[in-house]
Amino acid sequence: MPTSRRTRSAVKNRPRGTVLAGLVMGTLVMSGCGPAQADNSLTWYINPDAGGQAAIAQKCSDESGGRYSIETSLLPNDAASQREQLARRLAAGDASLDIMSLDPPFIPELAEPGFLAPVPDDVAEATTENVVEGAIAGATWKDELVTVPFWANTQILWYRKSVAEAAGLDMSGPVTWEQIMEAARSQEKTLGVQGQQGESMTVWVNALIESAGGSIIVDPEATADTVELGLDTDAGVAAAEVISTIGKDGLGGPGLPTQDENASLIGFQGDTGSFMVNWPFVYPATVGAVEAGTLDQAVLDDIGWGIYPRMTEDQEAAPPLGGINLGVGAASDNPELAYEAIQCIVSVENQSEYFVTNGNPPANTEAYEDPRIEESFPMAETIRDSLQVAAPRPQTPFYNEVSTGIQQRWAPPAAVDPDSTPQSSSDFITSVLRGEQLL
Amino acid sequence: MTSAIPAKTTTASPAEPGPRLDTGRGNGTKSGRARKQYSDRTRAERRLGWILAGPAFVIMLLVTLYPILQAIYESLFRFRLTAPDERAFVGIENYIVILSDPVWWSGLWTTVFITVVTVLVELVLGFALALVMHKALKSVRGLLRTAILVPYGIITVVSAFAWFYAFDINSGYVNSWFAWLPGIDENLNWFAQGPTALFVIMASEIWKTTPFISLLLLAGLAQVPDELSEAAKVDGATWWEQMRKVIVPNMKAAIMVAVLFRALDAFRIFDNVFIMTNGAYGTEVLSLLAYRQSISRLEIGLGSAVSVLLFLCVLLICFVAIKLFKVDLAGTQGGK
Repeated sequence: MPTSRRTRSAVKNRPRGTVLAGLVMGTLVMSGCGPAQADNSLTWYINPDAGGQAAIAQKCSDESGGRYSIETSLLPNDAASQREQLARRLAAGDASLDIMSLDPPFIPELAEPGFLAPVPDDVAEATTENVVEGAIAGATWKDELVTVPFWANTQILWYRKSVAEAAGLDMSGPVTWEQIMEAARSQEKTLGVQGQQGESMTVWVNALIESAGGSIIVDPEATADTVELGLDTDAGVAAAEVISTIGKDGLGGPGLPTQDENASLIGFQGDTGSFMVNWPFVYPATVGAVEAGTLDQAVLDDIGWGIYPRMTEDQEAAPPLGGINLGVGAASDNPELAYEAIQCIVSVENQSEYFVTNGNPPANTEAYEDPRIEESFPMAETIRDSLQVAAPRPQTPFYNEVSTGIQQRWAPPAAVDPDSTPQSSSDFITSVLRGEQLL
Repeated sequence: MTSAIPAKTTTASPAEPGPRLDTGRGNGTKSGRARKQYSDRTRAERRLGWILAGPAFVIMLLVTLYPILQAIYESLFRFRLTAPDERAFVGIENYIVILSDPVWWSGLWTTVFITVVTVLVELVLGFALALVMHKALKSVRGLLRTAILVPYGIITVVSAFAWFYAFDINSGYVNSWFAWLPGIDENLNWFAQGPTALFVIMASEIWKTTPFISLLLLAGLAQVPDELSEAAKVDGATWWEQMRKVIVPNMKAAIMVAVLFRALDAFRIFDNVFIMTNGAYGTEVLSLLAYRQSISRLEIGLGSAVSVLLFLCVLLICFVAIKLFKVDLAGTQGGK
C-alpha cells in the first residue's frame, strides 16, 4: 500500500519542524520508504476484490503511455468502514484521494459538502452511454452526475430446483414472497435472507418497501429537520409483515438474527437450503467450492435463478441495487488526469473483463455482449434484467443515520411487529436526524 | 526494584500524599544539622527527579491533556464532519441530549455490569492462579508462568475473533461440543440475544486478562513475609485462616491496585463487543457508543460529549477506588 501524501491541514511551516521532518523524510527516502512523488502518479482507493481493480490499474497505466500511473490503496472490508475512512480523509483535504471506489448510498453525503471534484461534461457523457438507469441514479446527486458508474450490482432470487419442484412452484415466471415462504414452510427448509443488524438489513427493508410501491425517504433532498420518511406507510407495513413472518415462524433458521450474505450462502448450500435472495457473487463462490472439492457438483446443478420475489403478484419487484462508482477527491492534485484514468477504467472491455474475472456485473449493458460472460455466468441475462428494474437505496446525505436507525429497529426479524415497528422506527430516525437522540 | 523506591519518593511527589513523605523521612532525622543535610539531598533528588521525569511529564501532557481539552471544546458544538458549514455553538445541549437518552443509560448499565462481573471473576481466578504460580516447584515455575501468560500476549482483536468463530452458529464448534450441557444445543445462536452474547464477551475478556490480574497478585503475594504465615501455622491456624487473616490483609494494596487497573480497563471495553456483536441486541457499551457517534456518524460534537462523559466515569472510578479504598501505590513497601 503506498504511503498517502500529507493532508493539507497538516502542512505547517515551522523552521525546526521542517528541518526535523526533512531529516526524517531524507532517511525514509534513502531507505526506500518514501512516498511516490511523481506528478503523474494517481492513487486509487479500492474496495477489496479478487485483484481485478489492481489489474485494471496496471493495464490502464501501461496503456497511458506514461501519461499517468495508477497505484491502488486498499480500503477496509465492509462498506460502512470504507465510507468512514474516505469521509475522514476527504474532510481533512487529503490530496491523495485521486480516484475512489464508492458505494452508491454514501455518495450524496460526500457530494453535498463539495468533497468530490466535478465530473467534466465530456466525461459524464462518455461514461453514461448504455449504462443502466439505476447505476446512473446512484451516481447522481441533485440532478448532476458527481461520480462515474463502474460496476452495478443487484440481488436476484436463487433457488434449489429440487425444493421448488417438490413444493409445486412454477419458477418459469416471477414468484412472490408469500409463495416462497409457503414453499419453504411446506418442505421444512430455510429461506436465505439477511437478518443481522447491519447494512444488509437496510438493503432488504428498502427492496421490500420499493417492491410494495413505497420509498424509505419521500424527499431525498430535504434537510435533516424537514426530512419525511415513508416507513410508516402501507408499503412499510407490508415489508414488516414479510420480515416478521420469516422471523417468527423460524423460516430463516436459528442463524437468522446474525446472518449476513456469506452466512446465507453457506445455509443455502446445505441440506436445508431452499430459496435465497443474494448478490451474484454466490455463483463464482459455489463453483469455486465445487472445484475445491468442498461441495458436491449435484448442489451446483440443483441451483436455479430468477428475478427478486414480488410483494404482490401484479406488481413488478424492485430488487436491491449496489455496485461501485468512481469519484475524484476535490483536493486531488490531478483531477484531469484522474478523470482520464477513470475513462480507461470503466471502458466496456474492462467492465466485461472485471465481470469474468471477479464476478462483479458491468454497469454498461454493452459489456454483457462479451461471449465469455455467457460461459462463466449463465445468469448474466437475469442480472441485466434485474439491474434495469432495481431500485437504489435512499439517496440522501443522511443515509448513514437512516440506515443505522433501520438496522437497530428492524433486527432481529422475530422482534419486528407490523403494527408498531414501521412507526417506531420512523419516529426514532426523525428524532436522531433532528439531533434529539443518540443513535 | 530497590532503585524504584527513592525515585517514587522524589519524582512522584506532586501526586503523592504529603503525610507519607514526612513519615518516611522523619524516621532518620533527629538533629537540625542532619535535617538540613537531608533537605539538601532531597532537593538534589527532586531536581534529578524532575530532570528524569520532566520530559516524560511534558510529553504526557501534550498527548493526553491536549486531546482531552480539544474534546471538551468540541463537545460544545453541533458539528458534523461532512457538513463543515453548519457548525454551531450549542453549549451543553449535547450533554442534555445524551443524559436524557435511554441509549446512554442502557450502555452505561451494560458497561458497569461487564466491569463488575469480569473484575470479580478475574479476581478470584487470578488469585487462584497466583497461588499456583507462587507455590509451584522451581523446575516448572517458568513454564507455568509462560503458559498462564499466553492469553494476555494475544492481541485483543485476535482473541475476540477466535472466540467469535468458536461460538458463531455457522462456524462454531462450541454448540456441538457442549450440546450435552442443559441450555446448549445445535440451534443456540449465542450472538442473537443480549444475555448469551454478553456471556461470550465477558468470558473472552476474563480469559484474556486474568493473567494480568494474577501477575499483579503474584507480586503482592511475594511481598507477604514468610515469617507471618509460619507464625500463624505454629499457632495452629488452618490454611483458610492463614489466607483470611494473614495473607490477604497483607496484600491489600496489591489487590486494590489490581482491581483498580482492571476496572478501568474493563470499563473501556471495545474490541470484543465491536468484533462479536457490534453492539447489536443489547450489548452496546459506552466506548462503542462514543465510536458510533464520532466515527460512524461523524458527529464530532455529540461524539466528543459522549467521550467526555466516559472520561468522567473513568475519573470517578479512580476517585472512588483511591479515596474510599485508600489505595496506595507505594503500600507494597510495607512488608519490608
